[in-house]
Amino acid sequence: MENNSLFKPGHTACAGCGQAIAARLVIDAAGSNTIVVNNTGCLEVFSSQYPESAWNVPWIHSLFENAAAVASGVEAALVYLGKKETTNVIAQAGDGGTADIGLQALSGMWERGADILSICYDNEAYENTGIQRSGLTPYGTNTTTTPPGTKSIGNPRPKKPMPEIANAHGIPYVATASVGFPQDLQRKVKKAISIKGPKYIQIHVPCPLGWRHETELTYQIARLAVETGLYPLIEYENGKLVAVRKIAQPKPVEEYLRPQGRFKHLLNNPEELKQIQEIAENNIQKYNLKTEVTNEKSQTQILPNPK
Amino acid sequence: MRQFLEGSRAVAEIVKLCKPGVISAYPITPQTHIVEELAQMVANGELNAQFVNVESEHSAASVVLGAVATGARAFTATSSQGLLYMAEVLFNISGLRLPLVLTCANRAISAPINIWNDLQDSISLRDSGWIQFYAENIQEVADLHLLAYRLGEDKSIMLPVMVCMDGYTLTHGMETVDIPTQEEIDKFLPSYKPLYKLDPAEPLTMGLLANPDYYLETRFAIQETFKDVLKMIPKISEEFKNRFARDYKDGLVEEYCTKDAEKVIVAMGSVCGTIKEVVDALRQKGKKVGLLKVISYRPFPYAKVDAALKDIPQVAVLDKAVSLGAYAPLAVEIKATFFGKRKSPKIISSFVAGLGGRDITFESVKEIFTKLNRKEVNLEFIDLKPELLKEEYGE
Repeated sequence: MENNSLFKPGHTACAGCGQAIAARLVIDAAGSNTIVVNNTGCLEVFSSQYPESAWNVPWIHSLFENAAAVASGVEAALVYLGKKETTNVIAQAGDGGTADIGLQALSGMWERGADILSICYDNEAYENTGIQRSGLTPYGTNTTTTPPGTKSIGNPRPKKPMPEIANAHGIPYVATASVGFPQDLQRKVKKAISIKGPKYIQIHVPCPLGWRHETELTYQIARLAVETGLYPLIEYENGKLVAVRKIAQPKPVEEYLRPQGRFKHLLNNPEELKQIQEIAENNIQKYNLKTEVTNEKSQTQILPNPK
Repeated sequence: MRQFLEGSRAVAEIVKLCKPGVISAYPITPQTHIVEELAQMVANGELNAQFVNVESEHSAASVVLGAVATGARAFTATSSQGLLYMAEVLFNISGLRLPLVLTCANRAISAPINIWNDLQDSISLRDSGWIQFYAENIQEVADLHLLAYRLGEDKSIMLPVMVCMDGYTLTHGMETVDIPTQEEIDKFLPSYKPLYKLDPAEPLTMGLLANPDYYLETRFAIQETFKDVLKMIPKISEEFKNRFARDYKDGLVEEYCTKDAEKVIVAMGSVCGTIKEVVDALRQKGKKVGLLKVISYRPFPYAKVDAALKDIPQVAVLDKAVSLGAYAPLAVEIKATFFGKRKSPKIISSFVAGLGGRDITFESVKEIFTKLNRKEVNLEFIDLKPELLKEEYGE
């Protein structure tokens, strides 16, 4: 079977890895005239182990936190060499490499107005090093550095508002996407690439290993995050909200939390479930996600508990 | 053309003539004049380059990394804390085998914060896989930049080069300097043709993960290349001499009055100018003294040092940096040169001076020659102020 993707199979990602699917969707939408700069992380490790590479585009990995700056150097060299008009530059990282250790370089790159698309593959923890909390880990999550105990319910803080931070830099395009909505994701990548200047897309990518869900549920869990209102799909142009993915009938957050081991400790805690439901409600209100009319069939589905 | 220039200006002039396509830097004293001058040249259209202002030295180093990886010649400069902040990226640049030139305006390391000159910053990065040159004066700084680009970009080398110049003494000092013309430089330094680059026409993966089956060989390869660097520097210095009529001999070390000397000081950087003055004065009084100036600290020219010092009875090593808790960094190399050798100086004494910008005066150097006698001195600090060492600590 012929494989025309620019991200080839044979890499060493876990079964059901949301990031691997999203990375393929991103590069195939961006096309072959693209140079990719990758921070250290799962994606880098499973796609570029010498002497093999999954990348059929020019691709470079330097360090954990500097993809945005290395990409700036790539962009500057392309301008100098007269090749920028025909070449896209993508700087991509996980949530830790974006929102924590890589934020300074990213902020510098946005502020300089570099013509670069930054992608954040948000699997909501440092999965590569063994599931430690990051700035994008959601409230209440059980990670190896925010374990629940008699004095803790898990991660005590909400997700860092990266899209808002990106918007505050006055960049022309900011969006969230989900591996559960692949066409929407690819449309956003294509749109971003067509806009000159810095662009930011944050993609929700389930991690069966870190989230402790069945590997075949990656797609459904990604969709449930959107359908509950916990991961709103939003799109900004020049700081203005231009589109959101409407939810016909928001599902209770419990449907999203139940299949994931990382939230198991919350399931018998009505107080905490209420708190997480409130996060979803706030999103639904803030972004006006609810719609009266819908063409979509109800996709309600009860997912099994993790083993 | 001979011009009266500030050291930083001389560096900017020579870098401009080397035609980098991308320059990126972050402000730190005493490096800043260099990149300010380059920014003005770009602003005036005298230099066709992308000048990328960044939010940190870490990003400055990352920007030039990306630029060289994409096929452009690049330049950055920094100092002290800035160099340490770049450290992670500098190891990465040499590991990726990307040729780049960085000017280090040598300055002390905090704490306590101190913006004055010593060599602690670049010496602390001696293991980073970068070629390191130390300049005595402004002419040498300028010439070493030209050599650095030519050397690092050679297809058999492909390594980054750090040109070290003493902060203030050389960055802010003024000298008459001969800056070659563009035409002369173009003949010596061809435009950058990368061995490999990020190019959609030929997709290439750079910066891969090397597991224990592969990593060791990458380090061995750089170690082997450094042997080639030791052979390449004299060749390029010879060509440099023929083109520009300045003779750095083998380009690795400079021997000053060492042939018949009984006492020789080994040192690096601008202090060598002071030592030469002292040598001249003592020679007039009939004292057989000399200087061995080390220009290339990485790779370290053990064979050249051996040849230069093996017949000298007494050698003093003057370090402007320390390796706290161990012997001083340059002294270690000199002692290592002669370990187990039949012919060797009888005495190799080690002195530390000038840390944090404390002046190394004519008298300081004379004191070292005086203390260089039959008794070996291990790591003695020169010019300490005893009154400052008598602090009282409570009861």
